[in-house]
Amino acid sequence: MEPHVTAQTLTVRGLRATRGSVGVLRGVDLDVASGEICALMGVSGAGKSTVLRAIAALQPFSEGSIVVDGFALQPGPVPAESRLRPLRGKVGFVFQAHSLFEHLTVMDNVTLAPIHVQRWTRERARGVATSLLETLGVAARAAAYPRQLSGGEAQRVAIARALALDPHLLLMDEPTSALDPARRGALGETLSALAQQGRGLLIATHDVDFAQDHADRVAVLADGVLVEHGPAREVLANPAHAATRALLQPIDSSP
Amino acid sequence: MTKTLLFCAAPLGALLLLGACRASPGERAAKLPLRWGGDAEGGAPFVEADPNDPSHVRGFDVEIADLIAQGLGRRPQFVQVAWASIAQSVERGDFDVGLSGIEDRPELRERESLTMPYLEFREVLAVRPVDRDRFRTLADLAGRRVATLGSTGAYQILLDEQTRAKVVPVSYDDDVHPYTDLVAGRVDAVLLDHIIAERRLRVLGGFVIQPEPVATGHYVGVLARGNVALRDSVNAILRERMRDGSLEKIFRSWDVWDDAQATYFARVLADTSVAAARNVSNGATSALAYLPSLLRAAGITLALSVLSMVLAVTFGTAVAAGRVYGSAFVRGLLTVYVEVVRGTPVLLQLFVIYYGLSGVVRLPAFLAAVIGLGLNYAAYESEIYRAALEAIPRSQLEAARTLGFSEGQILRLVRGPQALRLALAPMTNDFVALLKDSSLVSVITVVELTKQTAIYATNIGSWVVPGILCALVYLSLSLPLSRFARRLERKWNLT
Repeated sequence: MEPHVTAQTLTVRGLRATRGSVGVLRGVDLDVASGEICALMGVSGAGKSTVLRAIAALQPFSEGSIVVDGFALQPGPVPAESRLRPLRGKVGFVFQAHSLFEHLTVMDNVTLAPIHVQRWTRERARGVATSLLETLGVAARAAAYPRQLSGGEAQRVAIARALALDPHLLLMDEPTSALDPARRGALGETLSALAQQGRGLLIATHDVDFAQDHADRVAVLADGVLVEHGPAREVLANPAHAATRALLQPIDSSP
Repeated sequence: MTKTLLFCAAPLGALLLLGACRASPGERAAKLPLRWGGDAEGGAPFVEADPNDPSHVRGFDVEIADLIAQGLGRRPQFVQVAWASIAQSVERGDFDVGLSGIEDRPELRERESLTMPYLEFREVLAVRPVDRDRFRTLADLAGRRVATLGSTGAYQILLDEQTRAKVVPVSYDDDVHPYTDLVAGRVDAVLLDHIIAERRLRVLGGFVIQPEPVATGHYVGVLARGNVALRDSVNAILRERMRDGSLEKIFRSWDVWDDAQATYFARVLADTSVAAARNVSNGATSALAYLPSLLRAAGITLALSVLSMVLAVTFGTAVAAGRVYGSAFVRGLLTVYVEVVRGTPVLLQLFVIYYGLSGVVRLPAFLAAVIGLGLNYAAYESEIYRAALEAIPRSQLEAARTLGFSEGQILRLVRGPQALRLALAPMTNDFVALLKDSSLVSVITVVELTKQTAIYATNIGSWVVPGILCALVYLSLSLPLSRFARRLERKWNLT
C-alpha cells in the first residue's frame, strides 16, 4: 500500500472468507484514509460485497484482521451486537436496495437510531435529520413512506439514515446501479462533500465511469484477491491486469 | 366451582357468592344457598326458562329443588349445566345437588350418591301412525333405525338390543330432534321416557306412542359421592313431601302424576287436555321477553372472546418469539405445545381443563373457558406471528444491525411492527372464528349466546326466531371488527 499522510480510517490485512468450502476472499489488504473515496471494483461475484459485509460485521471471516478507527474485528463468528456497539457508531452502511424501514416515514427512518441507540431527545434527532435531509435535497419528503419514494430519493434517505450517527467510515454497495447518468453526477458530488468532511468512503462498484469521475483511488478485486490498486485515473487509464481490462471491456465494445 | 346464576356472568355469580359468604362461620352452612344444577335446555316439564321471565327457571324439578331448599332452611340457587355433565359437575363441587330428570342407573349409583327415586317413568316407543300396528315392540324393529337421547338408560337399552333384536341405535344430543326426524322419516322409532315422549307429542304431533312400555325407570337427585349427610337430609325431606301430598301436587301441576303402575295411564290421559295449552305463547312477545337474556349472553360471549383473544395474542407472541429466537430446547418444547394444541379438539381441551384438572385445581367455569380458548388460539396465533416474523426480509434486520440496535430493539422497533401488518388479516380471521368457537364452552357450564339461544329455542319449540336473533347478535359483533381491520389494513397499505 502506498503511504498516506492522512490517518487511516480502515485497515484490512490478509482478509480471508469462505462460503462452504469455497474461498470467497483469499487474502485481501485494503486501506481507506479519512477524506478519501476508495472504489472497490470487480465483476459480479468478485467478492466486493463480502468485503463490505465483513467490515460491517454482518458476516464472519476466517483469517486476517479488520481495524476501523482503532476497533478491531477478529476472525471467527460475528460477535454479539452488544460487543459491536463501538463499531456501529463508526461505520455507516448504505445498502444496494437501500433497505429503508418500510413501516416508518422518511423522518422516522433517519431519527430511529439516534433516538433509540444514541438516546438523543426527539427534538435533537429531528433537528439533525432535517439538516441532513436538506443537504441531500429530500427534506420535502420527510413525511413520505419508503414505498412512495423514487429510487434516487430512497438512496439519499438511506445515506441520511447512515450519516445520522456521524460515522467515520461510510460503506456503499453498488450505489449507482439504479441511477440515471444525471443522478450519478449528483451522487458523486454528494460523496465528494462527505469526503471533504473527513470521512472515509469505501464504495463497491463496477461502474468504471463513476469511479473514474469521483473516486480518489481504486482497488480491483478478482477471484478474492486484490489484483491492482492505485489512483483512480492511473489504474483505469492504464490497466495492468486482465481483470481491470475486463471491467473496461463493456464500454469499449458498446455500440 | 362455578357459581353461575342462570344468565349471569360467572364473575357476577362469584360476587354474589362472596356476598353470601360474609356470614359468620357458624351461620354459614345455614345461610349458604342450596345450589342445584339442571339443564334448562332439557325443557319442560323438568327444567325450562320461564317464558314470562326468562331469567327464572320453572318445571317440576325446579319445584322439587324449592321444596328441598325449604326443608333445609336454605335459599335455592339454580346452576345451569349441560345435562350429560351433571354428575361430573356435582362431583367437582359446582353445586350441591343435580335435579333434571336424572335416571337412576346402576353405574351412576356406583359413582355418586343418589337420592331416593321421586318419580317413576316408562321407556316408551314412539312410531309414525302408519306403523302403529307394525312396530309395537323393539323386536318388531329388527334392522330399523331407533333414535334416542345419548347417555340415557334408553340408549343403553338400544345398545343391548343391537345384538338381540338387531335394532340400529341412533344417538342424539337433544330430545327434540329424535321426534322431528321420526316424523320426517329419517328414523323408524324413538325410545325415550314417556314424560318426554308425551311432551313432544303435544308440541310436535305426527307420531303415536305405543302403550306397551319397554322398561320402567326412576328419576333421582344426584350428589357428590362423599356428600352422604346432605343426601340423607334430602331423602328425609322427599319422603315427608311424598307423605303430605306436596310432591303429588307438583307432579299434578306438571301433568306427570303417575300413581305407580296400574292407575298411571288413565290419570295422564285425563290431564292431557289441561297441559296442551300451557306453553303455547305468542312468538312476538316471547322474542321480546328473551331479548334481555340474549343480550346478557351476548355480553358473556363478547367478554369471553375478548379475554381469550388477549390471552391468545400475548401468549402467542411469546411462543412465536421463543420459536424464532429461542434455543433448540425452547424451540422443541414450543413446537410440541403448538402441535399438540392444534392437533387435538378444543372441546377435549376444555373438558380436560375443567373436569380433568378438577382434582388439582378447580377453576371457575368462566376462567377455565378463557384459559381453554386462549391457550388453544395462542397456538394458532403463534404460527401466524412466527410466519410473519420470518417473512420480514433479512436486509431489514441487517440495516437495523448496522445502525447499532440490539436484538431486542430490532424485534420491537423493526421486525415486530412490520410482522404485525402481515399478521393483521389472519388475526382478524381468528378473532371472528373465536367469537363463534366461544359457543363450545357451554359444555363446561358457561351459558353464552348459543347456549342461551338453544335454551330459548327448546322453550318455545322453534329455532326460527331464536336462530335469527342469535345470528344477528353474532353478526353485530363480528362485522364491526372486520370493518375496523379492513380500515387499518387500507391505512397501512398506503404506506
